[in-house]
Amino acid sequence: MSKLTPTPGQTVGPFFGYALPFDKDNELLAPGSAGSIRLQGTVYDGAGEPIPDAILEIWQPDSEGNVVQRTGSLVRDGYTFTGWGRAAVGNTGVFTFTTVNPGPTEPLPGKPAAAPFISVAVFARGLMNRLFTRIYLPENEEALAADPLLSSLDPERRSTLIARRDADGGLTWDLRLQGENETVFLDFEGASQ
Amino acid sequence: MLLDENAGHHQDDELVPAAEPHAGHAPLDAAAETQADLSAEIQAIGDAYRRALKDGAAPEIQPRLDFAPYRSSILRHPTKSLHHADPETIELYSPAFGHQDVHALESDLTIQHNGEPQGERIIVQGRVLDGDGRPVAGQLVEIWQANAAGRYIHKRDQHPAPLDPNFTGVGRCITGPDGSYRFTTIKPGAYPWKNHLNAWRPAHIHFSLFGTDFTQRIVTQMYFPGDQLFPLDPIYQSIVDQDARDRLVATYDHDLTSPEWALGYNWDIVLSGSKRTWTENEAFGDAGDEE
Repeated sequence: MSKLTPTPGQTVGPFFGYALPFDKDNELLAPGSAGSIRLQGTVYDGAGEPIPDAILEIWQPDSEGNVVQRTGSLVRDGYTFTGWGRAAVGNTGVFTFTTVNPGPTEPLPGKPAAAPFISVAVFARGLMNRLFTRIYLPENEEALAADPLLSSLDPERRSTLIARRDADGGLTWDLRLQGENETVFLDFEGASQ
Repeated sequence: MLLDENAGHHQDDELVPAAEPHAGHAPLDAAAETQADLSAEIQAIGDAYRRALKDGAAPEIQPRLDFAPYRSSILRHPTKSLHHADPETIELYSPAFGHQDVHALESDLTIQHNGEPQGERIIVQGRVLDGDGRPVAGQLVEIWQANAAGRYIHKRDQHPAPLDPNFTGVGRCITGPDGSYRFTTIKPGAYPWKNHLNAWRPAHIHFSLFGTDFTQRIVTQMYFPGDQLFPLDPIYQSIVDQDARDRLVATYDHDLTSPEWALGYNWDIVLSGSKRTWTENEAFGDAGDEE
């Protein structure tokens, strides 16, 4: 139970571009290295237009499902997988990460296993507070069907959280802030545990 | 040309931001909405909220995602309510940052160039706590801000105020074992934006914060006490609750003020509660990579 009231969030605004991005921010692994995949997508607004001033962060386990607690995300050595990355979208709303397929993490005590996913935080000019969502891998229908979050969503909304597998082994996942196929965004407060 | 917050999708990144000869003020756009229009909208939303509070509604502690007076939010807020989820294992942890990531000098924004930046030198210090009052130790804090004249170094900021060759306006630090952070910087200026005619943002510093759980991740803005622009600003007013808004305003702290050197402001940040089951060691011994 929280005893202190949280400080409110505010929009990231339009001018994060010289502050938040850093060298290799979107390269959790070096592109082309063994096991690396491209994760890409486009961020859209409620008119279906790509937005040029959003910034995404991903946070995920390694391919074995381990939660990584190693420093070095901001000054990458090219070898250490830290599990976290950041990507500002370009002028056409497109973001790209180089990462690995997340493995299944150990289920929490007394909880059903979650299907493997990448956790996402979204920031944008015009977005008053960050939003959280998830990118699930499209494989393993059984795990997806049993996942506590996905199984709580109707099929149409559920599909907004599942990436497409590209021919090159990468993942494509688009984010829609509003409107048709609006992405499911998550609220973790008041969690039952 | 003033910075155009609503420029949307067709920005030309090659636009030259360098200070251009300037006529003194922006041409008035007869069609533009006025501050009075916007203030009336803000007032109506605030009044409705205060009535709801009186009728027993729970106080709101976060900004409204759907807050039309900030025009850029209209097409950028989800229309469906956020879906409740229990955090999974990965979400109960945050990425780890340490002194490999951030150099100690990055917390002083006044020493990044050869000369001293223009403006009022300030110290901003405080603690990052979780919702249970636990210090968030060894975590990354990032800030960015306009210079003393209200100009960002960002190429899309075309406010015709001077750039300062001695000020970039970006800082980082890693919190101490007690969750403390401290920056030395310059008090940012207010600046105009094009949300409506004669729209000005109160002076603020952007803060980006991580907790122990990824679910605690926030980006926010710190304001300065007594700013006359507060009632006029749709971004500050998107938090409709006065107590909640007050949590974004730093406190002037004369004990923190450094004689002959810098004015001191204190601002503590509280993240949401950690959902992790904490062991005593984690709760009291976790200080990032400071071994």
